[in-house]
Amino acid sequence: MLFTRSMGMNVKFKGVKAWAATILLLATGTAGADEVQVAAAANFTEPMKKIAAEFEKTSGHKVALTFGSTGKFYAQIKAGAPFEVLLAADNETPAKLEGEGAAAKGSRFTYAIGKLVLWSAKEAIVDDKGDVLKRGGFDHLALANPKLAPYGAAAVETLKALGVYDTIAPKIVQGENIAQTYQFVSTGNALLGFVALSQVLGEDGKLKSGSAWIVPEKLYSPIRQDAVLLSKGKDKAAALALLKFLRGSYAIGVVKSYGYSVGQ
Amino acid sequence: MFLNDGDIQAMFLTVKLATVVTVILLFIGTPIAWWLARTRSPWKRPISAVVTLPMVLPPTVLGFYLLVLMGPQGPLGRLTEALGLGLLPFTFTGLVVASIFYSLPFAVQPLQQAFDAIGERPLEVAATLRASPLDTFFSVVLPLARPGFTTAAVMSFAHTVGEFGVVLMIGGNIPGKTRVLSVQIYDHVEALEFAQGHWLAGGLLLFSFCVLLLLYRNNPLGAAERRT
Repeated sequence: MLFTRSMGMNVKFKGVKAWAATILLLATGTAGADEVQVAAAANFTEPMKKIAAEFEKTSGHKVALTFGSTGKFYAQIKAGAPFEVLLAADNETPAKLEGEGAAAKGSRFTYAIGKLVLWSAKEAIVDDKGDVLKRGGFDHLALANPKLAPYGAAAVETLKALGVYDTIAPKIVQGENIAQTYQFVSTGNALLGFVALSQVLGEDGKLKSGSAWIVPEKLYSPIRQDAVLLSKGKDKAAALALLKFLRGSYAIGVVKSYGYSVGQ
Repeated sequence: MFLNDGDIQAMFLTVKLATVVTVILLFIGTPIAWWLARTRSPWKRPISAVVTLPMVLPPTVLGFYLLVLMGPQGPLGRLTEALGLGLLPFTFTGLVVASIFYSLPFAVQPLQQAFDAIGERPLEVAATLRASPLDTFFSVVLPLARPGFTTAAVMSFAHTVGEFGVVLMIGGNIPGKTRVLSVQIYDHVEALEFAQGHWLAGGLLLFSFCVLLLLYRNNPLGAAERRT
């Protein structure tokens, strides 16, 4: 009696297993051997879309893009997220992942060096020297959470270097990442804020709207954004091809057109 | 101590927000629930749907629209600026307004059910005793609907404590003003400060469990059926 019952359960269990296997097969089948899963920093959204489109056209591979904050990606990758390539907003996270064995050794390189900009969606608010920070006359200044986002940390560094941090601190509102910070400023809820230059430049490399001050690079430590091949993408042709493409002349052209500089 | 000053500040802020919102919601929710329970108007269904919307909408949708509406170009933002109140996003008042929308169904629905359950009869009896409608409401309806009020208050409070998406969208993460507990937990986790995150998250879990326990003690499950 007991025997037959357990047998029945076993059969049922097998059935479930077969199902799971089928679903898994289907899932990986649609994802395909030549689709690469990319986690990319929110500030790199626009250029990456463009680069990915060109990459898909020339290589025939597919790219699945997820944009977000690097800190969140780190936690997700450590928890087994299926990303194969990480385009971080900093150079610490990729190094950390490599040190912890979650990324392929020697695959790191700087794909872009970010530039910080003080931006307002309104004309004639931000002058070309950033004096508005000393003048005041605004209720809120938006920046990305300095604890989580390199652009936020760079913004705080800049405010401190200018000696205005203490007076401005009560007016600071924080976006969870640089994309949300941009949203605070673009909706006008914050009159101005520190965002990535790539966010406010149009395809033609000119300011899309409002007024801006490109923060001199001596005021903050460089925002080196590193790419790394994650363990899950180690043996994947599409992942390797994408990383190679990112170092190619097309990608570099796009990266520069969005106001980043490119390292050696 | 396991919690830093920021954590404690976030806790007090959250309790303050939930308390203010609960009190306001009971005042706003009562007439809405009363009207919904009594009316035969064709507007009943659309209004019910609007009141329930925040329950099904992702908080990001609510947060996004509130950010746009309360912004300098939005109608609500223009109104508050014209009234000299300034703009609501990134302020405690803004969070209160957002939370009122967000938790509205959790106040209205229990109240409406409580009012529904009273039925016409006690009101008719009160009317034959020459009680004015207002008198009837305060001396007949309110005592009879007491469990509904408790449920509404507890649910509004708990739901506001658990609010995250909307606050993230319109709060701006300002310590002491808009950095509530859920955002503080999120920051800890994002910054990989898992130990501190655990203390707060675990505390919130325990709190939520106790709230629900209290709620069920107050309104025993299935007790209505057993009584009859």
